[in-house]
Amino acid sequence: MSFRPDHELHKRRFSRNMGVGLVLVALVAIVFGLTVVKVTNGDFERATAEVQG
Amino acid sequence: MSDTTSVRLGTTEAQFGDYFALLKPRVMALVVFTAFVGLLAAPVAVHPFVGLVSVLFIAVGGGASGALNMWWDADIDRVMKRTRKRPIPAGLIAPEDAKALGFALSGFSVVMLGLAANWFAAGFLAFTIFFYVVIYTMWLKRSTPQNIVIGGAAGAFPPIIGWVVATGGVSVEGLLMFALIFMWTPPHFWALALFMGDDYDNADVPMLTVTHGCRATRVYILVYTVLLALIAIGTGFSAIGGVVYLGVAIALNIWFVIGAVKIWRRSEADSAADQFLVERKFFKLSLFYLFALFVAILIEAGLDRFVLGGLL
Repeated sequence: MSFRPDHELHKRRFSRNMGVGLVLVALVAIVFGLTVVKVTNGDFERATAEVQG
Repeated sequence: MSDTTSVRLGTTEAQFGDYFALLKPRVMALVVFTAFVGLLAAPVAVHPFVGLVSVLFIAVGGGASGALNMWWDADIDRVMKRTRKRPIPAGLIAPEDAKALGFALSGFSVVMLGLAANWFAAGFLAFTIFFYVVIYTMWLKRSTPQNIVIGGAAGAFPPIIGWVVATGGVSVEGLLMFALIFMWTPPHFWALALFMGDDYDNADVPMLTVTHGCRATRVYILVYTVLLALIAIGTGFSAIGGVVYLGVAIALNIWFVIGAVKIWRRSEADSAADQFLVERKFFKLSLFYLFALFVAILIEAGLDRFVLGGLL
């Protein structure tokens, strides 16, 4: 069994696909990082009075 | 972009860098830098990661408006020597693709800035994109020689947005940073227009050099440079100023006004004889001027936070 050779289109669009892939990975990292910062900073905590009440 | 599109355009495949070029990377660098200074000069500390991604989204918003500008101005860009190598006139990217990218990134950057920082900053970014694309690109640019003066406001908003990310509101200091870029933009672009020859004329863009002639443009450069100097030195007495900023501002503005006076005194024959050497030098100086002025604001912010803040 052997791999099919890449279509010419894949070679032609390699840089574009790689760039989009890296941008998406960076976006996931940013959203994850923002979530961690917001949660650890207590941005999403309910007000104490509300929790106690 | 589909295969049919690239066949239609009859060119090589657009690469990632071509799409990035649609976002006007050099303008984005100015946006990143000034927004960063606005953020750090603010008296409220922001979490470094939130600050970093906020500046990134402001830059993406600026890039999105650049892509929409290239979509709308593709006809002008094809005519002008300075812009004919941009991705759309070069036949690398279809105008519809630039429009789609611009709209998508506009929405994305505004929503993400709202989630990362606050919705006031996001609203400001949305207004900036609207101002640059609709007010400047679609309306003013082709209709009035004051296009650069009023349209310059779009490029002046990023430091205020940075300030709003940190503080959640607008203040005098944010407005002073806005005023610096707003007043700097006309002499910067008019100097460029002087040595671009008949580029704007060929494209039917009513730049001051086209509608009022080079003599009037030289006078306007001097007037705006003097007004800019007053604002720049006056900023030294505000909360974002200080001794370091004031020293830098005085030196830079003397240098800049001397450059403007040289431009004002020259005739068209003088300029043609040395191929606009003085105008080209003034244009380069204007880039250094804005950079150095904002670095001085950054130094003052650092002194306040890390030196004086530690002593008090």
